[in-house]
Amino acid sequence: METYRDLERDLEDMREYYRYGKTKEASWRKSQLKGLLTLLKEKEGDIFKALNQDLGKHHVEAFRDEIGTLTKTVNTALESLKDWMSSKTAKLPRIALLTSAEIVPEPLGHVLIISSWNFPFGLSLEPMIGALAAGNTVVLKPSELAPACASLLANAISTYLDNKSVKVIQGGSSVGEQLLQHRWDKIFFTGSAHVGRIVMSAAVKHLTPVTLELGGKCPAVLDSLSSSWDMKVELLKNTIKEMFGENPKESHSIARIINKQHLLRLKNLLEDPHVDASIVYGGSVDEDNLFIEPTILVDPPLQAAIMTDEVFGPLLPIITLEKIEDSIQFINSRPKSLAIYCFTKNKTLQRMMISETSSGSVIFNDTIIQYAADTLPFGGVGESGFGRYHGKFSFDTFSHEKAIVRRSFLTDFWFRFPPWNNYKLQLLESAFNYDYLGLVLVILGLKRHRQGSDGI
Amino acid sequence: MGSVEKETKVFDSEAASSMVKELRGEFLSGKTRSYEWRVTQLKNILKMSEDREQDIVKALHSDLTKPELESSIYEISMLKNACTLAIKKLKQWMKPEKVKTSLTSFPSSAEIVSEPLGVVLVISPWNYPFLLSIDPVVGAIAAGNAVVLKPSEVAPATSSLLAKLVGEYLDNTLIRVVEGAVAETSALLEQKWDKICYTGNGRVGRIVMAAAAKHLTPVLLELGGKCPAVVDSIINLKVAARRIVAGKWGCNSGQTCVAVDYILTTKDVALKLVDALKHELEGFYGKNQLESKDLSRIVNLNHFDRLTKLLDEDKVSGKIVHGGERDKANLKIAPTILLDVPQDSLIMNEEIFGPLLPIFTVEKVESSFDVINSGTKPLAAYLFTDNKKLKEQFVMAVSAGGLVINDTVIHLAVDTLPFGGVQESGMGAYHGKFSFDAFSHKKGVLYRSFAGDAPVRYPPYTKGKLAFMKALMSGSILGVICALIGLSKN
Repeated sequence: METYRDLERDLEDMREYYRYGKTKEASWRKSQLKGLLTLLKEKEGDIFKALNQDLGKHHVEAFRDEIGTLTKTVNTALESLKDWMSSKTAKLPRIALLTSAEIVPEPLGHVLIISSWNFPFGLSLEPMIGALAAGNTVVLKPSELAPACASLLANAISTYLDNKSVKVIQGGSSVGEQLLQHRWDKIFFTGSAHVGRIVMSAAVKHLTPVTLELGGKCPAVLDSLSSSWDMKVELLKNTIKEMFGENPKESHSIARIINKQHLLRLKNLLEDPHVDASIVYGGSVDEDNLFIEPTILVDPPLQAAIMTDEVFGPLLPIITLEKIEDSIQFINSRPKSLAIYCFTKNKTLQRMMISETSSGSVIFNDTIIQYAADTLPFGGVGESGFGRYHGKFSFDTFSHEKAIVRRSFLTDFWFRFPPWNNYKLQLLESAFNYDYLGLVLVILGLKRHRQGSDGI
Repeated sequence: MGSVEKETKVFDSEAASSMVKELRGEFLSGKTRSYEWRVTQLKNILKMSEDREQDIVKALHSDLTKPELESSIYEISMLKNACTLAIKKLKQWMKPEKVKTSLTSFPSSAEIVSEPLGVVLVISPWNYPFLLSIDPVVGAIAAGNAVVLKPSEVAPATSSLLAKLVGEYLDNTLIRVVEGAVAETSALLEQKWDKICYTGNGRVGRIVMAAAAKHLTPVLLELGGKCPAVVDSIINLKVAARRIVAGKWGCNSGQTCVAVDYILTTKDVALKLVDALKHELEGFYGKNQLESKDLSRIVNLNHFDRLTKLLDEDKVSGKIVHGGERDKANLKIAPTILLDVPQDSLIMNEEIFGPLLPIFTVEKVESSFDVINSGTKPLAAYLFTDNKKLKEQFVMAVSAGGLVINDTVIHLAVDTLPFGGVQESGMGAYHGKFSFDAFSHKKGVLYRSFAGDAPVRYPPYTKGKLAFMKALMSGSILGVICALIGLSKN
């Protein structure tokens, strides 16, 4: 493990490299993105293996949720890079003769990405793609709870990307804390609200802007959709059987719990006798194999931990309500979540859901898929975080939008300058109001002078 | 419109907490969601600025001895423009933005919906106490939030006037002013806000961000820095000098976050520049500049002492080439120019925020970019040059909130440009639509059809499904067809 001084030296080397300007070049950015593409292709087998080892994830799921989406993202970034990097003209009023204005995106500089264990590749590389496309140097600290993935990331990135400007630093919370002591131009964090607070508090020292991708209890609102609720529960049970077979533990299509600590946390959620009594499907826990079967509960007590803490596991409580519109108040009485899912064909309910609740995103008639939609910003609000990424939003999140105005020496408004008098005041007012006629009238002496406070 | 409540009790944590609770309750009632409510408040702000212009000018004169024109134009007109723009564009800004969807979520449609964050806190500074209080409030209201404004106690007449005007013209169930100093600000910062906008210095900016971190509250920090003006050898030195004077002493006597803090130039240009500046200064403010009515005073004794300390430092006191006169009783310091100050002097290391302009000379003009980059990133940087290549180098090499070539400060008046800092000069931006966006949450909304459900997404996972998904992700319709009919290489 590196000491503070070693780490500072490495980071200073990276900052020095950044100052040369290499990472700002389009060719460098392209080469890093292509490097990532090659990494994903050539290391696909190893990535599947690591994900299976750390999470028991099936490789098709790993493709769908991690490698596939990452490949799509890198391709989008490569195609769009020129456009994203280009400056955008800002409209000026006609009065601004011989003046031009534009917004130029520039890298923030030196970026720290801290990712979570549940999608160890996706949540590490998705932000990294944005950071590299935007021309930054990057230090990634992957989660130590997925060690095979962290180690593979460290190896692969040092092989496929520019070592002088992209580094992976492995370790647990103490390494994370150490990293947070150094100066960054941006910190991108995915994880829990508790650690999110620690990250933001550490960022204060250097006034580092942060993006916090947190969590929350994402509800799925299920409208009647022409079936009663107990039919729906039956449907859920049957679908689970279809996907995972009669004995889900034997199915290789379902991931394990990440570690003993989380397994016990989840097991604990089910211990409460009232909660236990509400289980209608599943409920079995295999501690040795870190496996909990898909479990459905109906109407567990609302004050139980399973209904107050983010579940983050294979337990699905169902809360029944008198009428579906009550779900809005139910959702609003709880902290804002990263997503709200709503299954309904009722357009009124859809409108109400959008305008009367607040969440990172809202998805109708599906789940999770917004993660793959590059044109939608992905991020939270309130307790679920702030900032966003995916697609161009990733590029923007790691950029500073610099405003530029260019003036000519030829044109000037003489009334801009002191000594002040009422006449100049009138002219300036007209100018500021883009009142061209007014300007002319004042100059021609045809507009009544306003009274100044000191009568000048 | 409510009546003005006289706050006789101390505004402590409990008072702050109950106020936030009240505002949140009102916000949740949905009142601010409507276009009508927002536009009414904005129109009332416009009316307030027009009807009460003289009161505002008077308050600004009391707090800062600000010349009427600076108050009318740089504060009130700027604010009125922000209102007018918001009123004109609000319907458009509030409309959801439709976005394209790709093959991976087919069939679907998507949009980005702007929604208010909730209850926001705006903390404003003393130097443009009217503009920098109400401008962010305009953005917050346009975006549909409830707002608490805490104006600076260092500009007490304006603070008190703001409390009165907001009480008279705006909806007090959702928009409030809390006056006070450290204690009241601390009480406010303890509460959970949905956004905090702070304009001021880096030290307090950190205090604000630390308080925000406890509640995971996003912040907009508009801070400062040493905004340099690089002057190349140019044909039109006179115009450059005029624009520098306007962007320094013409802006609240240099007490402006984007005022020209110091000059970087070569030795040969420096002397000519000093002459040009002296000439323009005399044209603007007469021979006795200390007594000119067209210059703001220094805001208070604290800052007056801070500035005279910068002037009296040994390394620097002999470098004054113009001005240096001071009038403590009236808190005035004459426009002062210093030439060839050493790089390690105090005046070259802290944000001046006053009427002192040091000129730092470099060997060649390109070296000035290194000097700028060796410090922390400022809110603005200026370059005066005829050289096209130098302009492009400047834009590429210098990082600051905003850059202006051949002028100073005016980029603030361009509402199609984001106004904000980077690194030490702040985070986030506002003005124009950026204000609306700064106080909004951009919610992604995806509508999926029940038709077209691809079983390939679901377990049990098979090789065929993998092939199909790969084709889908690559966006290749041909690939999808091939995978469907089993012709994939896998």
